[in-house]
Amino acid sequence: MSTTETDSHETPPVSGRGTAPLLSARRVEVAFTAGFAPGGGRGTARAVDGVDLDVAAGEIVALVGESGCGKTTLARVLLGLERPTGGEVAFEGSPLRYGSRDMRRYRRRVQLVQQDPTGSLNPRRTVYESVVEGLRVHKGTLADEAERVADALAKAGLRPPERFLPRYPHELSGGQRQRVVIAGALVLEPEVLVADEPVASLDASVRGEILRLLLDLRADLGLSALVATHDLGLAWNIADRVAVMYLGRVVESGTVEEVLSAPAHPYTRALLSVLPEAKEEPVVLSGEPPDPKRVPTGCRFHPRCPVLASGEAERAGVADRCRTVDPAILGGGAERQVACHWAAADEEGRVGRG
Amino acid sequence: MSAPAGIPGARGTEGGEHPDRRAGGPAAPPTPRALARRRRNEALRRFAREYARNRAGLFGLAALLVIGALALAAPLLVDRAELTVTGAPGAAYQPPSAEYPLGTDNFGRSILDLVIWGSRVSLTVGFLATGVSVVLGTLVGMTAGHFSASGGTAGRIMSSVLMRVTDWFLVLPTLVLAVALAAVLPRGTGTIVLAIGLTVWPATARLVRAQTLAVEARPYVERARALGGGHAHVMAWHVLPNVMPVVLAQTTLLVATSIIAESTLAFLGVGDPTQISWGGILEAARNAGAISSGIWWYMVPPGLAIAVVALSFTLCGRALESVINPRLREQR
Amino acid sequence: MTSLLDVRELRVTYRTGGGDVPAVRGVDLALDPGDTLGLAGESGSGKSTVALALLRLLPATADITGAVLLEGEDVLGMRWGRLRAVRWAGASIVFQGAMHSLNPVRRIGDQIAEPMTVHGTVPAKDVPVRVEALLEQVGLPPSRARDYPHQLSGGQRQRVMIAMALACGPRLIVADEATTALDVMIQAQILALLRRLVAEHDIGMLMISHDLSVLAATCDRVAIMYAGRIVEQGPAREVVHEPAHPYAGALSAAFPRIGDPASRLAPRGLPGDPPDPADPPTGCVFRPRCAVAEDVCSTVDPPLWPVDPDERGNSVRQAACVHVGHARPSAGPGDGPASVPPPATAPTEERRP
Repeated sequence: MSTTETDSHETPPVSGRGTAPLLSARRVEVAFTAGFAPGGGRGTARAVDGVDLDVAAGEIVALVGESGCGKTTLARVLLGLERPTGGEVAFEGSPLRYGSRDMRRYRRRVQLVQQDPTGSLNPRRTVYESVVEGLRVHKGTLADEAERVADALAKAGLRPPERFLPRYPHELSGGQRQRVVIAGALVLEPEVLVADEPVASLDASVRGEILRLLLDLRADLGLSALVATHDLGLAWNIADRVAVMYLGRVVESGTVEEVLSAPAHPYTRALLSVLPEAKEEPVVLSGEPPDPKRVPTGCRFHPRCPVLASGEAERAGVADRCRTVDPAILGGGAERQVACHWAAADEEGRVGRG
Repeated sequence: MSAPAGIPGARGTEGGEHPDRRAGGPAAPPTPRALARRRRNEALRRFAREYARNRAGLFGLAALLVIGALALAAPLLVDRAELTVTGAPGAAYQPPSAEYPLGTDNFGRSILDLVIWGSRVSLTVGFLATGVSVVLGTLVGMTAGHFSASGGTAGRIMSSVLMRVTDWFLVLPTLVLAVALAAVLPRGTGTIVLAIGLTVWPATARLVRAQTLAVEARPYVERARALGGGHAHVMAWHVLPNVMPVVLAQTTLLVATSIIAESTLAFLGVGDPTQISWGGILEAARNAGAISSGIWWYMVPPGLAIAVVALSFTLCGRALESVINPRLREQR
Repeated sequence: MTSLLDVRELRVTYRTGGGDVPAVRGVDLALDPGDTLGLAGESGSGKSTVALALLRLLPATADITGAVLLEGEDVLGMRWGRLRAVRWAGASIVFQGAMHSLNPVRRIGDQIAEPMTVHGTVPAKDVPVRVEALLEQVGLPPSRARDYPHQLSGGQRQRVMIAMALACGPRLIVADEATTALDVMIQAQILALLRRLVAEHDIGMLMISHDLSVLAATCDRVAIMYAGRIVEQGPAREVVHEPAHPYAGALSAAFPRIGDPASRLAPRGLPGDPPDPADPPTGCVFRPRCAVAEDVCSTVDPPLWPVDPDERGNSVRQAACVHVGHARPSAGPGDGPASVPPPATAPTEERRP
């Protein structure tokens, strides 16, 4: 494992901000035992099956995939809420340690924004209490606590903050609640936000406002973010880079323009083609996302792959490899990468070499 | 809609835990905390209004206030000396009369005085035993619930051990255990409190554990953990305020149970013989053969007193539950 | 000819302890067989209340006025027995939460069969055959009839819900956020299925969603609701791509088109919150959040006006904004709105093949 690890990190950052990654996943694996998928029995589910992913300082990375692809699990691992069963998480180049003191220090710098702002706030706590919570946990009661809370609320776009302090979550709109959650993270002056579907449960008009807030925070505070989402439009709206996840593995990554404008992996292509606004004919993959307890051999996407099914992979001479050879794990860096035999063979010059 | 935070139980945790250390001097008009306090008071008033809609609950509360006042004022109403066997003012077995509204016992003591004085022990034991069982039950229930939800392997083992112990206590016949404890330990009110407290807590523990598990599954607990909050923080800041309302209702119901248990123990003769309590009066009446000789005024008043107090607490508890529970449902 | 569904001046007011809260404030809709109408709006805009009002599924605290004509028959005035029959055979609803709408302890075949046996629309001996046919129609193998809901995935459960809705051969299907909780791939499958069913069975579909892009891709026409009223309606593509009402514009911009440089690193939302239904602002309800509001907007509450009308003053598209085309009242609030013909049924008539 250690050799492959160095392999994937030899490549210097190609595009973007030209800095070493602030937060990175290195060959992260998470396996769950016992009942996991609906209707399934016992067995080991490989929710995350070897993922490299870097987030550079000031960078917004979108982790895109369908439900059950492992993006939420990976986000939890990056937050230290879940311990990987293989590989490691590195922050500022050094591996994450899970001792309680190390963890506390880490959690001041990497913060979480959840999907459902209603559930993320304790209904019995006022806005003030919800925002001050992180401060109390880390620093006890500070003399300038109230100012810090007001400042965080203002940064999160709740102005004037005084109006919101004494309110309870049920008196706020969904967008305001999500801003309170973000303020609760900002009060600790973190460097990275890990957001899991931050706008999925919000109204359309509020969605754009919250996304703009994330962009503003990046511009004003230099905040990095990893956003796990099923929404490709969100990636187009705010992310610098995108990593597409399928069945526990990143199958394609690169800048948003590269991946979303010229997708190379058949899965990414299918995802983009079924968007309501897509120009091309939709490629509707049959069936449901497959079971992480039974990862197919060879390329994990091959049983649903339209390229293989149409015989195009055969023509390119890679069909056998699709069925038998698992494509190499993609590096976590900024360069364009695709985990697909067909794409590598078919478009050798353009894709896969950056 | 309505404020779920308006339940009195949620009130205590905040101020006590984090004493107001904000820089002194004349602060800007309303501090967030003062505002929050005002909000809480409003919520409390709303809670009171809703409780007031429950007539049975109001009746229970009124009865309890009267009984509580009587118990507190007992030293003023009753001459302690007249309650001793030697200082009894009247003749034995006098039926109710103007002088002794509830008659006298076999020593000539006023039954009314005995019942009034007896309320002190019954209520004290009831409250203390409830206190013991609620504290124990809440601690065990919350610990078991919290660590089974988020404690890792060691935590899960501890949690399941705790729950097995709870189950063991739960299936033990309460009365037998209390009698055994009361027989083994030195006689006294403290023993009775302990014996009752130790046998009543498992139900509270079960209830608290269920509520804890429900709270632990909420995303805000995950958020607290991601903020860096440890076990103590999650339990004190998130779980406790959400568990308190349920505990409050449970407490009120438990007081009734405890008072009945105390009376039963005293009636069975394992109580503190130096104290006058309702159960004790009943036991004395039975020993004196009051049942067969038709001296009803010796038996009925303490029996009724037990029934009224237990009923009042139950009515209050049910009323509290009905106010609290719709809100708990709303949070989901 | 009467249209399949004709909603006129529908108003729904919830009576609460704190006073009356109007949720729907005068909505006109029309739908023909084989036609799909999308209803978009934020939460609280009243779009789900409209759906529930169509079948009188609202709680008793709701006051409903206006008319809901289903094939010419007024649902709001129906007797209970007739209403029950209509709820399955005439029109049925597919809700969002397929997990909660299915009984976890009964096989899905039995659940699909239930409406047929209850209403006796199918002879008892034919029921199993019909269940199999329904499952096949929604793209599930007939053997799935013996499964319990928990054995199915989210997309499959949504298919079962659709099969149940189709069981008694309804003329109208109301899909209330039917694909919202689903993944993009599954959503595409379900949308394709719904489109196919509408075409094959010549039924009408009212599709309710907060996602305008889904409606644009699925529906012939779209109506956009804000604060209990329709603010713009017309052919889906036009409403989504050249919105006339500023709110429709905001809603349309909220879902970016991938590859569109204008939205790259520039998410667009709408500042502010929807108005308090119990205390709406004067004039145009959208004014407090509107980027192009003028003084006149605080006095005029604009009804639906034709957008780009023909010489007879008719248009396939209407919007409720003083900025819309010729209808802008220059003299005063009184004359402009009153001269506009009621637009509700006009568009479908013109679009008929």
